[in-house]
Amino acid sequence: MTDMISPNLFASVPDPDGRFGPYGGKFVAETLMSALADLEVIYRELSCDPDFQREFDSDLAHYVGRPSPLYEASRMSDAIGGGRIFLKREDLNHTGAHKVNNTIGQALLAKHMGKKRIIAETGAGQHGVASATVAARLGLECHVFMGAEDIKRQSLNVYRMKLLGAEVIPVTSGSKTLKDAMNEALRDWVTYVDNTFYIIGTVAGPHPYPMLVRDFQSVIGREARRQSLAMTGKLPDALVACVGGGSNAIGLFHPFLSDESVAMYGVEAGGHGVETGQHAAPLSAGTPGVLHGNRTYLMQDPNGQIMETHSVSAGLDYPGVGPEHSWLKDIGRVNYVAANDDEALAAFHHWTRTEGIMPALETAHALAYAEKLAAEMTPDQNIIVNLSGRGDKDILTVAAIEGIEV
Amino acid sequence: MSRLTPCFDALRSSGRKAVIPYIVAGDPTVASTVPMLHRLVAAGADVLELGVPFSDPMSEGPVIQRGHERALANSVSLTQVLAMVVEFRQQDQTTPVVIMGYANPVERMGYAQFAAECAAAGVDGLITVDLPPEEVGPLNAELQKVEIDNIFLISPTTPAQRIGTITANASGFIYYVAVKGVTGAGHLDSSDVGMHLDLIRAETALPICVGFGIKDAESATSVGAMADGVVVGSALIDTMTVAMESGSSLDVGVEKAVTLLGSIRSGIDNM
Ligand SMILES: Cc1ncc(COP(=O)(O)O)c(C=O)c1O
Repeated sequence: MTDMISPNLFASVPDPDGRFGPYGGKFVAETLMSALADLEVIYRELSCDPDFQREFDSDLAHYVGRPSPLYEASRMSDAIGGGRIFLKREDLNHTGAHKVNNTIGQALLAKHMGKKRIIAETGAGQHGVASATVAARLGLECHVFMGAEDIKRQSLNVYRMKLLGAEVIPVTSGSKTLKDAMNEALRDWVTYVDNTFYIIGTVAGPHPYPMLVRDFQSVIGREARRQSLAMTGKLPDALVACVGGGSNAIGLFHPFLSDESVAMYGVEAGGHGVETGQHAAPLSAGTPGVLHGNRTYLMQDPNGQIMETHSVSAGLDYPGVGPEHSWLKDIGRVNYVAANDDEALAAFHHWTRTEGIMPALETAHALAYAEKLAAEMTPDQNIIVNLSGRGDKDILTVAAIEGIEV
Repeated sequence: MSRLTPCFDALRSSGRKAVIPYIVAGDPTVASTVPMLHRLVAAGADVLELGVPFSDPMSEGPVIQRGHERALANSVSLTQVLAMVVEFRQQDQTTPVVIMGYANPVERMGYAQFAAECAAAGVDGLITVDLPPEEVGPLNAELQKVEIDNIFLISPTTPAQRIGTITANASGFIYYVAVKGVTGAGHLDSSDVGMHLDLIRAETALPICVGFGIKDAESATSVGAMADGVVVGSALIDTMTVAMESGSSLDVGVEKAVTLLGSIRSGIDNM
């Protein structure tokens, strides 16, 4: 698979035009082109500035609580009787998910650019909460766009954002989910581009976002690599992460891409089943196209209209995916698979009961696949799963699905 | 060759400005689109802009977004939009038609097939909101083979040094977006428009039309005094839908929009 891939290949993307092979780029309206160019210039400057790196690292250590632990899920591993499963505990971060690594980084960029107003899109509300949190901390005005459908299924996070001082703007166009929230955020950005910083929550959007979000999230994989060597004396045999836009997955995978012995699995939302068409798995069942500023795999109809997606988890309910994942799929470096709603719900319960760790429904997709993968492996083989977020926000959703009144 | 250059040459030599309406193909019905185009021409339109409906029209304000949603509810595809141009050309061989939309439906059809079908249908130009010069190379190569113009947007945030990059890729005309924002938003600042038009003229001899924020004869004449033409979209669609929502028939809704265009035409001609 990876025989022909040189280690330098992964460091060479994106190219100066923001491309990962044929994917990525800057497919946006002219009004945003200069804002993207400014962002790129500032980012290229600050990303090699040791003071900026120190500031970022210090915030991650003292505000987020990094490094996050690598935890061996012994009881679950014993029960499966195959490969050993380790969890990278992003759920223990401040605000409860990996999303905050990125919002800390982008908020620092906003501060250096002198922008006083930040906007964000959110699906599950985790990125909205993480954005509202950094905005509160820096005293910035914060507006979060959220699909009306998602507002219903993530009401706790909506209230959290309001408590943090953010304005949550319901989006009622289209499918009323994450994709439409992103459309609305882009419309806001076009209108208030002079004073506004758009904090995109995943490795999607126009260049340079997929690159800078990846760089901020790569702290996950760098830590996991060190922790694995320290705890087990070797690299893991496999990595598993759920893929919505793909930020927690790329964050874990990226620092391991040149390690040929490490297999990687990105788990998409299979919804009611990939074969039913009601899912959110563009890498498993989509085709390349252009949406939200980049070329990538999409769920689209034969006329190029973006299709409605379905997933039990709001954070995975997106018809596109970060362009770097599209490239990693095509070159065969990462395997993309899907877990259905039912499998994710089962994993949610199974892991909560077996390990006392309640995962986010997004994360439960990765855990469902990891269970299958572990069963095919041997006890001398290790898997690291990105435990991207905690499940408190999903308690009401799970209860409603199971007909339980809380 | 595209009909755009001869059209603008003729306008220039007679000292007139171009009036360019925008409607979404298939909004509010599939059957209403071609007759409405003919009526807009009769009311004084020089060039027609036909919107290709898209599920995620990121640069549109609420009025045009709803137009896209209505057209998609009527299942209008890019193929069908081109079929509407074919039908329009049966009666009108002279008025230039510009297709305006987003990259993905064109990507999906494939650039070469898209260019060929546009040429066969009698399309003269293309505006793709999310294909800036950085991304347009492969599509432009196909359009040039069939002599279809690619029209680019320049905005108030376009840096002066970038204007030349855009005009180098453009033909037909330049579309100056008069407001920072989505279609139908804000109100335009004429002195700012004038300043930008001067910057653009320093780079190109192409005609410059101004759109976004033109609502009526007054805003059209203030911009028309400086530009080579004006584009009116949201105001027409809003007029039509407000009439229909308050109980008017489709025909009356269309008539009101056509009347608005006519008043813009006479406002500009008499300024
Ligand atoms: C806990 C958690 N994991 C994963 C995701 C999916 O996003 P991404 O694929 O960018 O990691 C989300 C998004 O809301 C999330 O909240």
